[in-house]
Amino acid sequence: MIETKKLTKNFGRYRAVDNVSFKIEQGECVGLLGLNGAGKTTLLRMLTCLLAPTSGTAMVDGLDVAGSSLEVRSRMGFLPEVPPLYGEMLVGQFLSFVARLRGVASSSVPEHVKNALDRCQLNDVAQQRIDTLSYGYRKRVGIAQAIVHRPPIVVLDEPIAGLDPAQIVEMREMIRNLTGEHTVLLSSHILGEISQTCDRILVMHKGKIAAQGTEEQLLGNLANTQRLSVRIMGDRAKAESALKSADGVSILDVSQGHDGSLLVNVQSAKDVRARVAKAIVDSGLDLLELTQVKHDLEAVFLQLTIKSEENSE
Amino acid sequence: MSKVWLIARRELGATLMSPLGFVVVASVLAIDGLLFNLWALGSTAKYSAEVLYDYFYVLSGTTMVASLFISMRLFAEEQQTGTISLILTSPVKDAQVVFGKFVGAFLFLALMTIITLYMPMLIMVHGKVSWGHVFSGYLGLLLLGGASLSIGTFASSMAKSQIVAIFIGATILVAMILLWLLGRNADPPLGKVVSYMALHNLHFRSFMEGKIHLRDVVFYLSVCTFFLVAATRMLESRRWR
Repeated sequence: MIETKKLTKNFGRYRAVDNVSFKIEQGECVGLLGLNGAGKTTLLRMLTCLLAPTSGTAMVDGLDVAGSSLEVRSRMGFLPEVPPLYGEMLVGQFLSFVARLRGVASSSVPEHVKNALDRCQLNDVAQQRIDTLSYGYRKRVGIAQAIVHRPPIVVLDEPIAGLDPAQIVEMREMIRNLTGEHTVLLSSHILGEISQTCDRILVMHKGKIAAQGTEEQLLGNLANTQRLSVRIMGDRAKAESALKSADGVSILDVSQGHDGSLLVNVQSAKDVRARVAKAIVDSGLDLLELTQVKHDLEAVFLQLTIKSEENSE
Repeated sequence: MSKVWLIARRELGATLMSPLGFVVVASVLAIDGLLFNLWALGSTAKYSAEVLYDYFYVLSGTTMVASLFISMRLFAEEQQTGTISLILTSPVKDAQVVFGKFVGAFLFLALMTIITLYMPMLIMVHGKVSWGHVFSGYLGLLLLGGASLSIGTFASSMAKSQIVAIFIGATILVAMILLWLLGRNADPPLGKVVSYMALHNLHFRSFMEGKIHLRDVVFYLSVCTFFLVAATRMLESRRWR
């Protein structure tokens, strides 16, 4: 449904998206995960024809976004991070405007609007001015405008950003309900959100796709690695050198606790708990705590971004 | 065409619903009324045709200024609020977007201009008005207003803020008005060419006098076309930035 090959976007000398290639099949719900500034929004803006790629190709439903822009746009619904809404319009009136703008035949507009209102649970506010709605409702209207013309593909940029916990649950439900009828591509920098909503994850870092796969596949990549969290009392340099001296251990990060202790996260290919404990004690430091950290998506993300940074160096 | 009309209707509705629309209409009507009394009618006896001539002169100024205020928001506001992405991700050609917005703004300007018709009617109380003269003057106002709106539309398509848009628009508008001065001081045939391109002096005068020349109509329509095409190119270039 969506396929990119070596898609690149430069802003002057800055490369925001760097040779990105991926494929999304029909009916999938794919999450684009990355830190702020990773290039997610630029990538989505290229797919929705808001920006032209510097090089590479992006095909949507078999159509090139650069060569068949109008056809691509008619097959897509897009919700940017800030919902694009005309505040002076009523919700129903706005959806009717968007449906017509996106080519829905006049006779079918009321049915399309009703469908969008139902799916986004907006019937209560259909006759309300948009600028009087709360942020959560505005986001819902943003989703409704993206699906009102029933496009095969829906692209959502940070759909849950700025929502409160209750609204997040509702939004999650709403996005899940989209997947039956639409292929969904959404971006977020919140790991938990992506894992709960999407079938597959594309991890983006510094303009590149650092990894892709299902949550299980990404976690599987870490199956052969172990992470330990070690709390040590003593000199930082000494602690780091002691940990480095333990064979096969690499330090992920070091932070200082309120009580003056050091919290060090280390990683290794096999179980090195005994070796790490011995190295610390042998170097005269006090070992306060040693915990094996369970792998989660966050660990995958951290590892991928660290790996990506090491590669770029 | 239906999408042009759709965009135009929304634009007209948005202007009518916005405080800016009311402020522009109220200000223009108040200033037009004052200048009609103080300048066009004046304190000395005049022929009705002279009153109309001065009246259209006054209205041409307020129409040009109002056009800039009406058009400044067309793209700059959408850029500020982020709604531009709604239009640009819809299957609508950039030229249709520009023309639709222009038509919406023009309809608002036309509505505002029609309201001023009561002033020529007031001349009828003590004088004799030629309806041909009134028609010619109003046609000229709409053409001049349309040309000014197209300049404002172009300026708005360039800017990310409405304030910047109005400054760019005002600069182009004033420069185009002052071309008559440049033309007067330039050697022929260049002087003649430059004078011809002046927005107001040569082309609006005949409308004020009650005359309609095809060359003036063509000139204003050409200005509109030029700036609307330029605005379309500017909108297209956004995708390449």
